[in-house]
Amino acid sequence: MIAASHPPSRTLPRRRRRATLVVGVTIAIAVLAAIAGLTTGSFDTSLSDVASALMGTADGRTTVVVMGMRVPRMLAALAIGAALGLAGAVFQTLARNPLASPDIIGFSAGSATGALVGLTLIAPTASPAAGAWIGGILTVVVVMAIARSVGVSRERTILAGIALSTLLAAVNDYLLTRAPIEIARNADQWLHGSLVATTLTDVALLVGALGVLGLVLVLVHRDFRTLELGDDTARSLGVRIGRLRLLLVVVAALLTGTATAVAGPIGFIALAAPQLARRTMGTSGIPLWGSAVTGATVLLVADVIAQRALAPLQIPVGLLTAVVGGAYLFWIVARTRR
Amino acid sequence: MRLVILTVAMVVAVIVLTVASLAVGSRALAPAEVIAALFSDRRDAAGVIVHELRVPRTLTALLAGACLGVAGVLMQAVTRNPLADPGLLGVNAGAAVGVVVAIAFFGVGTASGYVWFAFAGAASAALLVNAAARPGRRGDTVGLILAGVALSACLGAVVRIITLADDDTFESFRFWAVGSFERRDADVAAQVLPFAIAGLILTLMIARGLDQLRLGTDLARSLGTSPALTIVGAGAAITLLCAAATSAAGPLAFIGLIVAHIVRRTVGGDVRSTIVLAALSGAALTLASDVIGRVIAIPGEVEAGIVAAFVGAPLLLWLVVRRAS
Repeated sequence: MIAASHPPSRTLPRRRRRATLVVGVTIAIAVLAAIAGLTTGSFDTSLSDVASALMGTADGRTTVVVMGMRVPRMLAALAIGAALGLAGAVFQTLARNPLASPDIIGFSAGSATGALVGLTLIAPTASPAAGAWIGGILTVVVVMAIARSVGVSRERTILAGIALSTLLAAVNDYLLTRAPIEIARNADQWLHGSLVATTLTDVALLVGALGVLGLVLVLVHRDFRTLELGDDTARSLGVRIGRLRLLLVVVAALLTGTATAVAGPIGFIALAAPQLARRTMGTSGIPLWGSAVTGATVLLVADVIAQRALAPLQIPVGLLTAVVGGAYLFWIVARTRR
Repeated sequence: MRLVILTVAMVVAVIVLTVASLAVGSRALAPAEVIAALFSDRRDAAGVIVHELRVPRTLTALLAGACLGVAGVLMQAVTRNPLADPGLLGVNAGAAVGVVVAIAFFGVGTASGYVWFAFAGAASAALLVNAAARPGRRGDTVGLILAGVALSACLGAVVRIITLADDDTFESFRFWAVGSFERRDADVAAQVLPFAIAGLILTLMIARGLDQLRLGTDLARSLGTSPALTIVGAGAAITLLCAAATSAAGPLAFIGLIVAHIVRRTVGGDVRSTIVLAALSGAALTLASDVIGRVIAIPGEVEAGIVAAFVGAPLLLWLVVRRAS
């Protein structure tokens, strides 16, 4: 489904200029969305209020609203979007298929299952992160085992992942009905993908995970790029493919798990961000860092819209991404079937 | 012969499950109590439970299950896709959007009112997914399902947002929670029954044509069947059945898939001779899911849709993996 749609004749500096321009525009959009998110809401604050709250000179109420609620939420949206964008870019590059995103083939659902098992059956008070990591990695193992038995047919692997994710969704629903009511109420919000309850602790977890896993990706970036040339070429360039793939899959699964642990399964960001980044930047492969920036911006914009579009009603951002992303995926399928 | 035995077995299963469904719940009743309450007008505790809670619930499950079973068989016959299912392809999600739009924006409160909206929603979703994936082409089983899953995800989220946005809708929606038979109005089944019957009659009318189409378009035409008319009729029947089932029970997935496979594996892919069996097994399966959901989580309940997914999702996974290898 990925077609190298841009002629290779384009000169390198020109392409780099375009990429820089696109990243700049994306960041500008993110800044505008951040300003909108920080200044509007049920408690209106002006830009100068926000600035003084950031400096620590605002009155108590403004400080609580800005520093205690809006800033953590904004940072969490950026970090989760970046993590999902990176995870999507890694999986899509490894599978050479845009549909092989963690949200489509069940890794997000598996992370949610792991987190729910932890919350409802083992330790209700602990952070759901460990459960989400374990659940995500176990799901990856299952899907890879299926992929091995399915063999060449990539579309069937994806369909198997979809089947697995419907099963995991049923497990999640079941766990919710078995959970004590005070957990179930939180978990219900969380199961649709919501940033309402994010705290600075969550942000610290996200930033820490992004830092460590991002560093790993920086270190293997050169080898990662050679994978796009095909396994044989990469091998002839001295890349140890098996080990590299395993490492990348684990990193991407951990990124997905961390994002899911904080906000629940937010769908379609990991699918759409890498594709948007590739199309706008006009690169032949999927740009890793471009996907991170795009994912962060898309999720931040989506979260601001989810908060404000039907205010005072707060839509879980995962529902908004599902409406837009579902339609987008439908369009991809329809277009490629023609 | 096999068909007769299976049909009789399914009739027995439906009867046993009906009694179980009337007896089982957060307050269990002995079968004797159930039968006594059924045939008397006394309104003691058992009488109220049976007449006002469990009879409507059981009838709704039977009706929705029968519709979805037949719709599943029809859908697999039309698309020639062993993975087709009204829930997976987004038709039920389309009907669900119709229902919540009717409740939220048009103030429709009765099933006989919103079933029309469900019909419109199901028809639009069916046309969309059909146009996107061009079913009927042999070997293309994946694209149809992908399009359906994408459509379901999108429409399902729309349903959730509308119900979150509107308190009244949320109230009504609670009685119509996703794939649950809890707290049915007594007459929901009766209100959607005409749609179900219309769908079944239409199915009987086009079943012969569908079976001839399996021999190939040319041969079917020479046998006096109009392929285009048959496909359109089948689409209308599927839409009627899915709209009736979803109006009554909410969007249920996997019932159609499971029924179609039970039927095909035991008595073959002939549509006309298996309609009754499909309706019976759909009804039995849905009622069994509902009863199991009431038993495994006492004092709470697990929705029938979740129970059905525990059977249907592994089946789907197995079908995908097996057909590939």
